[in-house]
Amino acid sequence: MLKLSLGPILWFWSRQTVFDFYANAAELPVDTIYLGEVVCSRRRELKPDDWLDLARDLKACGKNVVLSTLTLIESEADLRRLRRFCEQDEFLVEANDQSALQVAIRNRIPFVTGPSMNIYNTATLKILAKQGLKEWNLPVELGKEALEQLIKELQQEGLDLPAEVFSWGFLPLAWSSRCFTARHYNLPKDNCEFRCLQHPDGMELRSRESQELFRINGISTLSGSRYDLMRELPDMGRMGVSTVRLSPEHLRMEAVVRRFDQVRRGELPATDPLQLVEAPPCNGYWYGRPGMDLVAGQQFKTGL
Amino acid sequence: MELVCPAGSLPALKTAVDNGANAVYFGFKDSTNARQFAGLNFNDKRAAEGIEYAHLRGARVFCAINTYPQPEGWEQWKGAVDRAASLGVDAIILADMGLLDYAANRYPHIPRHLSVQGSATSHEALSFYKDNFDIRRAVLPRVLSLDQVRGVAKHSPVELEVFAFGSLCIMAEGRCYLSSYLTDESPNTRGACSPAKAVRWQETPKGLESRLNDVLIDRYGQGESAGYPTLCKGRFQVEGHVYHAIEEPVSLNTLDLLPELQALGISAVKIEGRQRSPAYIADVARTWRHALDNLEAGTDGFTVEPQWQQTLAGLSEGGLTTLGAYHRKWK
Repeated sequence: MLKLSLGPILWFWSRQTVFDFYANAAELPVDTIYLGEVVCSRRRELKPDDWLDLARDLKACGKNVVLSTLTLIESEADLRRLRRFCEQDEFLVEANDQSALQVAIRNRIPFVTGPSMNIYNTATLKILAKQGLKEWNLPVELGKEALEQLIKELQQEGLDLPAEVFSWGFLPLAWSSRCFTARHYNLPKDNCEFRCLQHPDGMELRSRESQELFRINGISTLSGSRYDLMRELPDMGRMGVSTVRLSPEHLRMEAVVRRFDQVRRGELPATDPLQLVEAPPCNGYWYGRPGMDLVAGQQFKTGL
Repeated sequence: MELVCPAGSLPALKTAVDNGANAVYFGFKDSTNARQFAGLNFNDKRAAEGIEYAHLRGARVFCAINTYPQPEGWEQWKGAVDRAASLGVDAIILADMGLLDYAANRYPHIPRHLSVQGSATSHEALSFYKDNFDIRRAVLPRVLSLDQVRGVAKHSPVELEVFAFGSLCIMAEGRCYLSSYLTDESPNTRGACSPAKAVRWQETPKGLESRLNDVLIDRYGQGESAGYPTLCKGRFQVEGHVYHAIEEPVSLNTLDLLPELQALGISAVKIEGRQRSPAYIADVARTWRHALDNLEAGTDGFTVEPQWQQTLAGLSEGGLTTLGAYHRKWK
């Protein structure tokens, strides 16, 4: 059966919100939980030790826990923070940048790669597998066709490298040195007053015709539509995907997880779309189309 | 410091060499490089002619194969590396780990430069590429401040090349999927950002509109000058305000920083713009050649001549330039 994971929180939430979120997550039918700050080095509601404590608690609840690292590394301070996670061997580490790869490899710590790692072909996977890669995420802009081929080639090479697919949530699309939230408030990045805390789902960026294009979230830009591959789970099961990643949101996440859990068990009836939240759905990347597109999904069959 | 100039065509290559480029970079006529434009780039015959022209005049030639091959493209991308090798280029600019590995094993004698698309922003990331693929040089993404460049340079295991002038990419390169989200092509997959095939211009009662795959990127009132609809440089709404929410249409210009870049031990400055005309290349190359010569002479200290800035401003998007991320306050 497909495994379910909760990706790292991409937004900036208060300390208490984070603790509450994971207290709830501990009870949910997810197999893996990714913990840590992956977007902005200024977000420090939780210190590295807080994340490690949380990781131990969730592990005690039977969850597989992975520590995630920053996507854009810009300074020595960022590297110090990175080393804190890449130099322990209690938990697996998710590398979201080549800096993390280097530190993990040097310390002989096994690692997984997140969706921002530039992995587009089997040759790349082979190089990383030799150095400790245990599982990898498909870049969000790739779809079914490339993934199917990659999985096939890995099998031909006799490599056991489970694949994870970002399957639900706002897609992380870009990281910048500039903070777009601070820019909106006319604040310098270094003195941003942590305005992201006021936007637990980011800020909508619309065209002048009110089309939802992107979501601004500090230095990162996410999709304006919510990626939803619930209907594609049967596809993934057939082609040998290991894990389905759901990206945390601060409201109604439990309902999302439970729905995906039902679907992976083949329990959802054909006519029961997931309509929980107020953003248009998209799935274009999976079908090799512009990411924002919505392609009519297939009907559900029983028994994934 | 070496002056590295773009060559989108044979005339542009010759112009760059004639106007003082120490090195030029080019790509093949397909999506194996990050500037895939109709009518641009080189076939093997033209490339051979360009390389001969440059070599006879003491300039080096780099070949950019800096997009990311997917399984179906693997043989084609590998073939591009073979072509570059047999043409006798002086270095290959690569981003993909699989291709870097192939080039390092198959052609160990040809230097490998890490493309800006390789997303290396720290000395640890540079060490990863050095240890695994023995890269000689890396091009740094345009997201670092000068202080951060200093930090990277201090511990860098390889030569560094930084962007000096041209279009400003404000997202960490090699990891920006905005273009494939709105269209079906991105720099990583197809070597294209906001591809021309998806662009539509329309005169409307509200003004001139630019669209990308039907998405309204900008609308221009009378007297406003319209620019190419690169999606991150449009005007959008955030909480009811309409503004350049991501970035203004400006160009990067680091002329003022040359002495500092030199002091940091930066090996080369890179001019962006393989999509530009030979006339543009001539003006930019000549200006930067003057500046670098002036810097090397170093007699009375380096001063930026007003005429250089004037020339460069005239060649910039919207006539505006910025120090970009090099200047911390910009962020």
